[in-house]
Amino acid sequence: MKVSIFVTCLVEHLYPEVGMATVRILESLGLEVDFNPNQTCCGQPAYNSGYPEEAARVGRNLLAVFSGSDYIVTPSGSCAAMIKVFLPKLLVSSPEEAVASKRMASRTYELTDFLSTVLRTDSTGASFPHIVTYHDSCHLLRELGIKEQPRRLIGGVTDIDFREMDHPDICCGFGGLFSVKFDELSAVMGIQKLRAIEKTGAEYVVATDVSCLMHLDGLIRREKASLKTLHMAELLAEF
Amino acid sequence: MEKDLPILQSRIHEALQDRQLQANLEKNLKRSSRGTQRERIIQSTPDWERLREYGRQVKEHTLGRLPEYLEELEKNVVSLGGKVIWAQDAEHARNFILQLIRDRDIRSVVKSKSMTTEEIALNPALEREGTRVVETDLGEYIVQIAGQKPSHILGPSVHLSKDQISDLFYRKHGPPKLSRAEELTAQARQRLRQEFLRADMGITGVNFGIADSGTLVLIENEGNILLTVSKPRIHVAIMGIEKVIPRLEHLPNFLKLLIYSASGQRISSYVHLVSGPRRPGEIDGPEELYLILLDNGRSRILSDPFLAQTLSCIRCGACLNSCPVYQNVGGHAYASTYQGPIGAILTPQLESLEAAPDHPFASSLCGACGEVCPVKIEIPQILLKLREKIRLGKDRKSGSIQLQKLAFQIWVWCMQRPERVAGVRRMIRIGQKILLRKGHRFPPVPFLRRWMRYHELPGFPEKTFREMYAEREGS
Repeated sequence: MKVSIFVTCLVEHLYPEVGMATVRILESLGLEVDFNPNQTCCGQPAYNSGYPEEAARVGRNLLAVFSGSDYIVTPSGSCAAMIKVFLPKLLVSSPEEAVASKRMASRTYELTDFLSTVLRTDSTGASFPHIVTYHDSCHLLRELGIKEQPRRLIGGVTDIDFREMDHPDICCGFGGLFSVKFDELSAVMGIQKLRAIEKTGAEYVVATDVSCLMHLDGLIRREKASLKTLHMAELLAEF
Repeated sequence: MEKDLPILQSRIHEALQDRQLQANLEKNLKRSSRGTQRERIIQSTPDWERLREYGRQVKEHTLGRLPEYLEELEKNVVSLGGKVIWAQDAEHARNFILQLIRDRDIRSVVKSKSMTTEEIALNPALEREGTRVVETDLGEYIVQIAGQKPSHILGPSVHLSKDQISDLFYRKHGPPKLSRAEELTAQARQRLRQEFLRADMGITGVNFGIADSGTLVLIENEGNILLTVSKPRIHVAIMGIEKVIPRLEHLPNFLKLLIYSASGQRISSYVHLVSGPRRPGEIDGPEELYLILLDNGRSRILSDPFLAQTLSCIRCGACLNSCPVYQNVGGHAYASTYQGPIGAILTPQLESLEAAPDHPFASSLCGACGEVCPVKIEIPQILLKLREKIRLGKDRKSGSIQLQKLAFQIWVWCMQRPERVAGVRRMIRIGQKILLRKGHRFPPVPFLRRWMRYHELPGFPEKTFREMYAEREGS
């Protein structure tokens, strides 16, 4: 089985090791990984800022990039939601484009969803002898309805001490431009998330989106706290 | 520094810095059992999703034929002996009530909680007229005597603590100083009883106006609406035109949608079905019943096929209770009649985009509001549509919007080709090196400086993913 990966802008430029971990996981499961270097962004920053046309112009590139792909896998819940839920509403400039964007949407999977739902695997063979908690990223949870898949995969990691935090589904406060326009409120929400995480005694907080983790990590390092952030792909590639 | 912030941001800042408010929000909202009760009752309702879809469809259908249903409602209210007033705006509605007060020589008015009367700023108008007006919902009574506005569409005084209410009652009612919730409630109740006896007009909102029967449905737990609609000789009900539902048989499902979502109860303590004024032979009820149908910007909202769903709202408050922004800042930060997620989409539409230019941006788009909405209003998507409309409206006037637009155009251009992105990355690298050499700690980009008020910057790795991937392939 051949899988095309969409690594996303943040992973490409700020967290490349998350992309590499994604590749390692897929290859370890015997899949052929395809990375089309023409990919850039799904258009989400513009879409969330009230620039749907600009978002469409950027998202449209992905139609060509993934036109021949049977499975498109991305290590991000919010970029997956952009492709699966929002781009099909934006990319309708012709009947052909509408069909193509729907096709792309139906073939795109967030990493944990792909592993759990398509490959039906609950374990990547990873081992991680640490205390870990999981934060539900909003778009993964509410736009895509993915809640159990990441937890099943964490359950498949050996030696892990997994502990649920209170209200794992409350937003971390990132919200893209929200974290700049309403910086103080965004930070308050993030710090509340950190307190919920700390209450579990976790050493690591795991999530499916580097955006949430970048926000939390920025706050953690400002506080000089010892908590560490870890992307799901990095956790699952610990084999 | 905070002085330079736009109004909404600075109000949010004040709310976040207000320790008493934060403690009250923590206790009354975040640790409240309301959300849990709601979840519990919904989990025990297997057809909840079907109910939501039912509610959405009935509302969509009704909003599509609003004039028809409103005329049917009018006809049936009139046939029951009521009178119907079509009010185009707040002033029209206020003036009607003021004129009625003069004509009928009304001295004293009791009110039940109604956001629609807040929307038309009725109380100040009545007070200017010299009319005594008393709120009879306990929470609304508290904010009234405190000289404040409601901070939650259902729990007007959710921002106050019991101790603050105790102090307030002592200040306004005199000794003895009461501290227990039961004592405070009993004191308010005793005072309100006198007001009911004295009042010659009762003013209420309407939860649902039923077109085919002319019935006005009012929902409550405290019993104050019962007295407001039955004791005074005149009952004035004011209803946003979107509150009409076609048939009485639609009501049971809407009661479930509203009450489950609002309070997590199976049913509220009272559901009143008001069918006209007192008829010959009846022992109570008002002599006259007036129904004011308020537009006040609603028709304008209706004219946009996507945004029209905003008017499906049945005012359950679930989106406020679930919203992490609302939970952290409370309702007063919004400085608008309607707060929280529904306030953020309703205010710019009911008033004007300019009146609430930051409301639609005060959201991390987490989607919790849309998830709980009992009539499936796509609140996050509406926020995005309003973000677009607001920046289009500002396009020609605002320099910062033009700059933002330019930034997005450059971004689009870059994102067309990975080589362009790589070029930008190289430029950032060079810029970073020059800055570091000159001893700058912070990048001189306003956007990043804001981020760095609370966060450390993420690292900027030497290699991009595609470089790492290519190296691995090559090895």
